Formats: sequence, structure tokens, C-alpha cells
Amino acid sequence: MLKRLRENKSAQGTLLITPTLIFMVGLLIIPLILTLIISFGKRSADGNVIYTFGLHNYIRILGISHDCPAGQTTCLDPLYVQILWRSISLAFNSTVLVILLAYPLAYFIARSHPSRRNTFLFLVLVPLWTNFVIRVYAWMMLLRTQGLINSVLGWLAGLLGIQFVPFEMLYTPGAVLVGMVYEFLPFMILPIYTSLEKIDNSLYEAAADLGANPFRTFLRVTLPLSMPGVVAGTVLVFVPVMGTFVVSDLLGGKQIILVGNLIQRQFLDARDPTFGSAASLILMVMTLIVMYFYTRKFGFGEEIVAA
Amino acid sequence: MSDFAVELRDVVKTFKTPEGTFINAVDHVNMQIKHGEFFSMLGSSGCGKTTSLRMVAGFEWPTEGEVYIEGQAQGHKPPFQRPVNTVFQNYALFQHLTVYQNVAFGLEMQKAPANEIKERVGRMLEMVQLNGMERRYPRQLSGGQQQRVALARALVKLPNVLLLDEPLGALDLKLRKEMQLELKAIQQKVGITFIYVTHDQEEALTMSDRIAVMSKGKVLQVGTPVEIYERPNCKFVADFIGTSNFLEGTVKSLEGDKAEVFVPALNAEVKGLVSGAVTVGSQAAISIRPEKIRLADKAALSQNCFEGRIVSSVYIGSDTHLIVEVNGLRLKVWEQNKISSLDPRAYYTVGQPVWLTLFPENTLIMAGE
Repeated sequence: MLKRLRENKSAQGTLLITPTLIFMVGLLIIPLILTLIISFGKRSADGNVIYTFGLHNYIRILGISHDCPAGQTTCLDPLYVQILWRSISLAFNSTVLVILLAYPLAYFIARSHPSRRNTFLFLVLVPLWTNFVIRVYAWMMLLRTQGLINSVLGWLAGLLGIQFVPFEMLYTPGAVLVGMVYEFLPFMILPIYTSLEKIDNSLYEAAADLGANPFRTFLRVTLPLSMPGVVAGTVLVFVPVMGTFVVSDLLGGKQIILVGNLIQRQFLDARDPTFGSAASLILMVMTLIVMYFYTRKFGFGEEIVAA
Repeated sequence: MSDFAVELRDVVKTFKTPEGTFINAVDHVNMQIKHGEFFSMLGSSGCGKTTSLRMVAGFEWPTEGEVYIEGQAQGHKPPFQRPVNTVFQNYALFQHLTVYQNVAFGLEMQKAPANEIKERVGRMLEMVQLNGMERRYPRQLSGGQQQRVALARALVKLPNVLLLDEPLGALDLKLRKEMQLELKAIQQKVGITFIYVTHDQEEALTMSDRIAVMSKGKVLQVGTPVEIYERPNCKFVADFIGTSNFLEGTVKSLEGDKAEVFVPALNAEVKGLVSGAVTVGSQAAISIRPEKIRLADKAALSQNCFEGRIVSSVYIGSDTHLIVEVNGLRLKVWEQNKISSLDPRAYYTVGQPVWLTLFPENTLIMAGE
């Protein structure tokens, strides 16, 4: 038995992927199919699912409504499309901002003395030891009208004898953006660092030797060779930002509703799992479409593979 | 045009060790490299040869002294402002660029016109026999081909000086030998000054017009391959280049380039040629190459002849490597097998008594340690 397994490469492969396969089918594929089925159903009066087949939930997300002013049977309600658009543009903005912040830091760590690199990486990871929600709460403390930032500014203004009106920072789109960037920064730093760290110092020397000044070396050598890290980091940041609801819930309040919040509320508050399921699938499809075009342009973050 | 393509004047490079002490990786080095010369820096690892090369390239700056290229003091000029190009030990090819793009990189940086780039890159790839490979990526090439790309990439800029840092180190022996001859041929064709760093003495002897032998940050001797091998100026050079037998003694007399050294181990005075500076009464080392010792049945000269016994004999085809014991001293002797014979008596055998002759013109006298 064992001897035959040793000789049979394909049996070895099957054996190796079986645990993951069971896990993925049981906890991802089957639930996804259930979600799809539920999304076609209707909500019963007491919040249960009536299994029918209809596209009404999807039609509702696209904004075709029957709950219209008197005299009209159908009208456009852009509420959900707005939420979807807000989610995508926030994910896009957060990702760009995260790249802009993470790249210089990753570059600094990768170019620092090897004995210090681990310390810096450790510091990058330290915030992840604290619970996600608690970290967002910390931002609430900072951004509140009577929060730390306003208190310090007020104190400074007092010293200078200027009248100070506290900034309204919490429950604004800016607060959500700051929270997202803060939460997902490490997931961009690490992959960019990894790809920068792999670039041999002699490549920088070769570029300089061939007449490239530091700026052109960066554009022609460093940046292209670190793109796999940027791509990997983008996937790690963009996808969760699209779906998360804690940050927007706590820092955005009622004003900033993202797809994640919409889904959460459908399941918990509105008790309409059918609409929640439809919104979940729309979110997934949207993310897949964005990632499809992105990876088609930049690759999956793999090395340049020999053809 | 200045007298030298590259000149190092009293150059010192100090590094800090992890223990916090300072070490002179390059210690008051002076070198003058002529135009169009194939100049090698030879030494074991840590001798300062690579650091010296990197200071010419501009990757390091001297702690003291000055590097001149074409008579121009380089000071703290960055590499991209120096008229030199480097072939790196690990080739340092850009993996995200094709062969063509790698070679074109330097010309693009100097903003050469597109058609000129195309023409020069094409010609260069032809010279290193890589035409047809333009669109491949470095990792799709063999080690030898990658080496050629690195060479083409540096040479295409037509630098005043090409710096090569052990460029053949990663190749297998056969390919290395081929590339040695090819590099030399390319150098003669383009007429560019080559500064070549290697730890392989045979490589240095094969290719160089002149060699600088380095040790512990200092240049010990600069000379042609023949000078370095036939007239080493100190025991280190004699030992590092090729194989040598050493005898220790005291200088008894000195007359022009001839000297006599009393060797206690042989209880005799040995005549020889002064190869490195010695004075009467000073400790001296006598160096004699194994292939230059004559073996015979009887003494050939009244002096410099010693009776011994063969203690080891190894037939290696072209030569027989013998070890001869004289007064407890063991000397290496290489006899060329000039006669094709199957008769064992044609070769020296272990235990056989024999007379060695150290001809004074082959016996080199230099300062002892």
C-alpha cells in the first residue's frame, strides 16, 4: 500500500490536497451555492426564507423599485448603486493611499542594515497583535470632537491665544479612509518589502554603472522588479476593504454605508437574508471583475516566468 | 591624453568590522594602468583587489588617496558619472528585461538616438555571438551566455576602461578556458583597457599583459606574467604563483644580481640570482621551481648539488611528480616525460638515490619572512 503510494505521483497529489479540498468544498463551495439559492428567494413575514426563483433582489439592488410615489409603478432608486460605487471608490482610494505610504517604508526597511530589518518588520506587525475592532475604537478616541487630536489642537490654540473650533472628523468619509489605510497598511508593506529585499544590491550598482542616476534606477530597475509585491499587496488590501464593515460602521456612523454594512444590516437588522445574499454575491462578482482586469494587466505577482 | 588610463595614488580604504575595529582593506596602494592594457589584480579573497576595483568604478570612495581615470581625479564622483563600465561577478543582469533591453540599457541612459542604439546593440550582440537571442530573458540563457550578455552590456558603451570582477568565476572549467581566450581576443579587438580581478593565477597568467599581485591590502609586485613567475620579488609571490620549493638561510655574499646564501638545513652555501631585495647578513628565502631542478646520477656542478633519495613518484602523463629528500628536507621535482617508454626503468622509482642540481640561474634569492 505504502510502496504503491510512493510510486504513484498522482495519488500523492490527491492525498496532499484532500484535506484542503474537503475544507474548501464544505465551508466555501457549498455555502456559496446556498447563498446563491437563497438570493433568488423571498423573505417571509417572520424573516425566514421562502424558496422561489426570482431575480427581484438583484433588480432591487440595481435600483428598479416598485415602492414609488403615487401614479408610478416603477421608478429608479439609486441608493444601492450608490453604496456599491462608494465601496469601490473607497477601496480604490484606500489602496492607492496604502501603496503610497507603504512603498517608501518597505523600501527603507529593505535598504536598511540586515541586523535592523527584523526590528522594523516587528514594529510593522505590532499593531496586528491588538484586536481589529479595538484599533478602530482607538481611532474614534483620536478623532472625536472632544478627542485627543482636537484637545491637543485646542491646547495649542489656547497657548497662542487663537479661538479654536474643534474639527468634526469622526463620521466623515475621511475618517473611514484613514481607518482603512491604517488597518491594511501592514498587508501592503510586507509583500512590497519581500520583493524589494530580493533585489540584489549589484543590480543597483549595475544600473548606476551603466549611467542611470538614482531616480532613473528607481524607475527602470527598482519599481519593475518590486511590482510583484505591489500587486500582491493590492490584492491583500483591495479585497478586504471592499467587504469590511467594522471600519465604516465605527468611523463612518450612519452616514457612510458600504456594501459590507448593507449586507450586515440585511442579515441582522432587516432580517432579509435573501437580499443580503444577493448583495454578497454582487460584492463578490464586483471584486472578481476588478481583480480580473487588474491581474490581467499586472500579473498575479509572480516572477517573470520563462516561456 | 594622459599617461595612464587609470592610476591609483596612495589609496587607502578603511572599513569598520562588526567588532567595531577598523581595517584597511586597501592599504596605500599605488598602481598605474596603461592605455589598452589587460591588467589583472590577483590575490586570494580579502586581499583588497575587489575593493580596489570598486573604487575605480565608484561604488566605493577611497578613505585616503585618489583614483585618476584618464588623468582626472575622481574624488567622490558617483558611478554613473565615470567613463568606466563593470562586468559583475554574478553578472547582475536585469531579470525583467530581455537580452536586447539589457544591452541597450546603458545607451538609453545616455540618451543615444534610437537607431544608433539598435545598430550598436546589434553589432555588440554579434561580437559576443548572441545574435538571435535578443528577445530572450536572462534566465532563459546558460551561464556562459549570461556572461556574454553582461560583457556586451558593459562594452556597448565603449568605456575608456572596462572593469571585470571575477567574471568567469561561476563557469565550469572548460567554458572558463574558452571564455579566457575569447575575452582576450575581444580586448585586443576593441582596444579598451581591461582591469581584471581574479584569484585564479592561471587565468591571470593566460590573459594579462601585466599583473598586480596583492595580499592583505597591499600590492606586492606588478609585472608581466613572465616577470611574476620567473622573478617573484618576495616569498609570498613565489608561493602564490605556481609551485615552488623554499629553503631558508643567511645571505653570505652579494655581488651584482648574484648572491650566496648559507642554508643550515643543507649545511652548504647555495648560489643564486637575487630576485627580491636582500642585504648581506639578512635572512633570505631561496625559491626554486620544481620543473627547474635537474636530477642526475652524479653531481653536475661543484656547488648547488645535493645527494638525495626519491620518496614519492607520481606519474601524471606529461610529467612525473617526484619528492626528493635531501638531509631531511623534502623538495618537489617535476620531470618532464620526454621519452615515450613502457619500461619502468625509464622512470624514477621510490628509494632510488639521486643527485639534484639547483642551477644558480634558476635559484632565486629573496627576502625571508
